[in-house]
Amino acid sequence: MDNHNTRRNFLKTAGLALGCLGLAMPERVFGSGGKVLDADGDTITLLTPGGQLVKVEKSKLKPAEMPSLTENQKRGREGLPNRSWVMVIDLSKCRNARKCMAACQAHHQLRPEQHHMNTLQMQDAEHTAPYYMPKNCMHCDNPPCTKVCPVNATFKRSDGIVLIDNERCIGCRFCIAACPYSARVFNWFEPRDAEKYKDVTYNIEANVPQKKGTISKCLFSADLLRVGKLPSCVSACPNGVYWFGDQNEDAVTNGTTKETTSFSKLIRDNAGYTLMKELGTKPRVYYLPPKNRAFPFEGEIQKHE
Amino acid sequence: MTNNLTPEESRQKLDKIFSDLTRSLKIKDELARFWIFILAMFTIVGLWGWMHQMRIGLGITGMRDYVSWGMYIGNFVFFVAVSLIGLLISSILHLLKFDWGQPISRVAETVAIAAIALAGLVIVMDMGRPDRFLNIFLHGRFASPIVWDVTVITTYVTISALLFFIPLIPDVAMLRDRLGDDVPILQKKLYAILSLGWKGNARQFEIVTHTVRILLVLIIPVGLSIHTVTSWLFASTLRAGWDSTIFGPYFVTGAFVAGSAAVILVMYVYRLRYDLDEYFTNKSFDMMGKLLVLMCLVYFYFNINEFLVPGYKMRLAEGVHLRELFTGRWSTLFWVVQIFGVIIPILLPLLRYFRRPLPLTLIAFLTLVASWFKRFIIVVPTLEHPYLPIQNVPENFVHYSPTAPEIMITLLPFFASAIIITMLAKLFPVITIWEYAEKQGIDKKYLLEEPEK
Repeated sequence: MDNHNTRRNFLKTAGLALGCLGLAMPERVFGSGGKVLDADGDTITLLTPGGQLVKVEKSKLKPAEMPSLTENQKRGREGLPNRSWVMVIDLSKCRNARKCMAACQAHHQLRPEQHHMNTLQMQDAEHTAPYYMPKNCMHCDNPPCTKVCPVNATFKRSDGIVLIDNERCIGCRFCIAACPYSARVFNWFEPRDAEKYKDVTYNIEANVPQKKGTISKCLFSADLLRVGKLPSCVSACPNGVYWFGDQNEDAVTNGTTKETTSFSKLIRDNAGYTLMKELGTKPRVYYLPPKNRAFPFEGEIQKHE
Repeated sequence: MTNNLTPEESRQKLDKIFSDLTRSLKIKDELARFWIFILAMFTIVGLWGWMHQMRIGLGITGMRDYVSWGMYIGNFVFFVAVSLIGLLISSILHLLKFDWGQPISRVAETVAIAAIALAGLVIVMDMGRPDRFLNIFLHGRFASPIVWDVTVITTYVTISALLFFIPLIPDVAMLRDRLGDDVPILQKKLYAILSLGWKGNARQFEIVTHTVRILLVLIIPVGLSIHTVTSWLFASTLRAGWDSTIFGPYFVTGAFVAGSAAVILVMYVYRLRYDLDEYFTNKSFDMMGKLLVLMCLVYFYFNINEFLVPGYKMRLAEGVHLRELFTGRWSTLFWVVQIFGVIIPILLPLLRYFRRPLPLTLIAFLTLVASWFKRFIIVVPTLEHPYLPIQNVPENFVHYSPTAPEIMITLLPFFASAIIITMLAKLFPVITIWEYAEKQGIDKKYLLEEPEK
């Protein structure tokens, strides 16, 4: 996924994106550069799919058609064609800045104690060096969680993403028990900002608005991938920890430097590995070992009692 | 039966059996009313707790993202376990022709029905979205052990209900014909409907015997399935402490221990309350005591396998889990449960004194309580130790401690099942009269005769 591609995809889907995002979270549209080029008083300058700049009166702006819930659910189950998403997390770069966690919680409307992305302080054995490890859903190719779901509310898409339909989930929490990576969270109470978003149509590709009594977890920001953007955590990282891309193209893009490189080469040159490979879950999230650390480990390793 | 009774002796004997076994139906029972009232009050408190939980969310419990299954799931496993006794006593003992099991088989079926019905409710109370319960049928995904569980439990409920009802038909016909004004008119009407026009001819008895026999065979694979599949809810995950190949038989034998204890308890209450010393005899208790010992011995064997083998290796995650059980945070509960749930019910009933009704009932009570905590200790400690560390969450995510409303909701099925058992005892004889009479050498032809006034 290079920059050109990103831009073209953006142009193609700009209208839809504005519609979706505009309805769900207006502050994101107006806050991020590139789409709204200038906004003063009553008019707003927009970039059309044809590449022209146009001025439009704000009062004339209408949100684009949101896909209906049924259509959204159907589209969300299929996945993006010919894609095979992978994430690479470079542990030598992480300094526990937690910008990924914050961006993720904002995007998915999570409570402070709910983490789709959680930066853990790890120590593999008694005398080994501690390190920080961002941990999200591994989007396993042999997912233990989707197998046990009694209602097919969590499922594996063709593009590799393991997704949840919160309008179908019955809240049995069998998937939490089944997941060895503790990747899943539950809405034990009314979700954050439930009142604010109560009229917003549910989007299966972001799990928003969150639904009480159902499961939520990392979705690789499937809604952003659809409009050609990187997942929230990947773009938010200030330290170049995350690489994200398409295994079919063998290309991953760094969320901080926007540099694009070969996925297989990155994994080969840096001895990439997956978490708990012995469980046979086949994760789509790869780790690069915490070697030649860019930052020292600060803090105290938590005793796991 | 070899002893030949004269018609006069047969009639007298039958009259006595009938009047003894219908005492529970006839007596003006203020105590039972009070008992049901108290139970109903507690049940309503539990229901109120559940309403509260549906309004606020499952967050009113002590469960959180890591320990996401708690008392409710332990409770579910317990009730499924207790229900398995219907299979052991009314089916296996009967097919193996152990005569002493006959008077107990309706007690066992009563306990089984009450337990499995409530197990169904308990699992719905654990759901985050009980309003979407029907999704299991609309979108059921056959790869999930929950779907298997729903399938076999529904089947088990059906077979158990039939096994309770079909042998009851001749009894209900007797109640219809013999009971006078000592029961309310509505109750008489109920008997008339439930007796399905029973006439008591040889052909009808043949059909009943034949049907029951088929059901007794059918219930064995279904009964074994319900608890095996329930154990797979745990064993099918990759968690240390659950990832075990012997969970099926481990759970099934544990279920027989819990169920035997429950049946002893109910038997004792019937015997005491309805003066049934001649029916639930000292020998019945003696044999139930021996059965309890046998089941506990088998369970002990599975416990050794379950803990000794991984305990010998102490693999990383399993080692953490087992250390917590043996010497850590859960050790007190773990050892108390092992001693009262397995060791004591093996050692004490080996002595004849402890197989007498009262001592055995006390042991059974302790065993039953320990059985509940055993399920708790199977569910919770494993979840407290996932593979990756629990970090960046509040303290109550790390360790599970149940809340007051959660305990209220957990107790609800106990009260509700006690109501079901009491109501069944107030409506139907607690022992199958016609089978019992037949064992006493009374010919079937006397069953539907008008009693001598």
